[in-house]
Amino acid sequence: MTTPFYVPPEQLVKDRADFARKGIGRGRPIIAMQLDSGILLIGENSSPSLRKIGEVYDRIAFAGVGRFNEFETLRVAGVRYADLKGYSYARADVTGKGLANAYSQTLGQIFSHEIKPYEVDIIVTEVGTDRASDKLFRIQFDGTLRDADGLVVLGAGEESISEAVGQAVSDGTSLHEAVQIATRAIEAAEDREISISSWETGFLDRVRERRSFRRLTTQELTEARGE
Amino acid sequence: MSSPISGLGPLRIGETIEDGSFLSVLEYRGLAPTWKLDSPLNAALPEATTVLALTWADGVLMAGDRRATAGNAIAHSRMKKVYPADEFSAVAISGTAGMAVELIRLFQTELEHYEKIEGARLSLEGKANYLARMIRGNLALAFQGLVVIPLFCGFDEAAESGRLFSFDVVGGRYDELSYATTGSGGAEAKSFLKNEWRLDLSRTDALSLAVESLVAAAEEDAATGGPDIKRGIYPTIVTVTSDGVEEIDDGELASITSAVLERRP
Repeated sequence: MTTPFYVPPEQLVKDRADFARKGIGRGRPIIAMQLDSGILLIGENSSPSLRKIGEVYDRIAFAGVGRFNEFETLRVAGVRYADLKGYSYARADVTGKGLANAYSQTLGQIFSHEIKPYEVDIIVTEVGTDRASDKLFRIQFDGTLRDADGLVVLGAGEESISEAVGQAVSDGTSLHEAVQIATRAIEAAEDREISISSWETGFLDRVRERRSFRRLTTQELTEARGE
Repeated sequence: MSSPISGLGPLRIGETIEDGSFLSVLEYRGLAPTWKLDSPLNAALPEATTVLALTWADGVLMAGDRRATAGNAIAHSRMKKVYPADEFSAVAISGTAGMAVELIRLFQTELEHYEKIEGARLSLEGKANYLARMIRGNLALAFQGLVVIPLFCGFDEAAESGRLFSFDVVGGRYDELSYATTGSGGAEAKSFLKNEWRLDLSRTDALSLAVESLVAAAEEDAATGGPDIKRGIYPTIVTVTSDGVEEIDDGELASITSAVLERRP
């Protein structure tokens, strides 16, 4: 029997985190921002069928950056978790907080127990009846769960986009203005123009009953961008 | 007996669920609703009675009376038998009420689950076939007296028209072009519809016809409840058009019902 080399836990965790960050840092950015009318999720996605942003439940949405198959696995598990809970108890019992916690536990487990950590960062967001009751969570590859204040940016150029959007957005920002701000910030960070058809969106509409998630139409995007 | 929630647990990654349907997820975790009888049931369970569906100019509609009976007793007088299934379809049930309501809840969850997982709605035909499969799964119980028969209708987004489907106890699924009924007062409602239904009914005419068919059924069938204006009990009606599902509110139902009762011979 050979004795395995001793690797200090600090080193092990650091190696794993570096590995995961490298994958995520290359991912195309996604923005989630809180508005008076609801919560907007937006990012560049050249594929019309492989989604990064999705509906989870009545007032809850999901977005992921990094490896598609990994955040897709997480998204599907989240939809199953939500539908099972809503079916077994009641629709009102499915909460963004519960889902974010479940993701955090799962990603934490995978980070420390699996051969390779997931190379994903995800957003879980829940729209409430007013701004104060909105929830915006950011969950990292290692399970770190953070409660964000009105704005989350994931992926490449995170800091510069976050700063640009944070300065431009205010309490009264409309959905159209938000689309404008978000898309310009991502274009500036990437230093290139992105065509209308390459934007993927999700919007949790505060006033829409029951299933509040919808995607913005091409027409809405065109109008918002003033093109 | 295991706890009813033991299969809920935390988030689960990488479950290999064969067809990915919500029902398979429930089965995989041992949470699927099951009713098992070792011998035919003697007790009288609440039965949901008359429901109908018909096509009209802009789409389809479904209506049901509000009575549930258990043997000779009236079990419920405000039961809802017609439900939106998703944004573009509706489902109505007759038969053993408790099972029927659970099947509808499961069906609704299934359609929503599919839509979220796949990123697209099932086709109307796909939904009807899935419902047929659910009914077929119930066959053993049907032979023991626990029967559930649905009606299903919706707006076919591909064909851009309303369609309706009737079913039988073995899960047979039938396309209906004009109208369909099921439940104890179904035969009465059907013979009324046979005389009065026309192609391209307007919305108002279609709603009145639905209410009047149920009134006619209630006059002949003890298990079908007629409208009760004093207590505010009206039939449940759901319409489906290219704009989606609409549940007709009590205010509109009240005025239609009054007009219908007024002109009844």
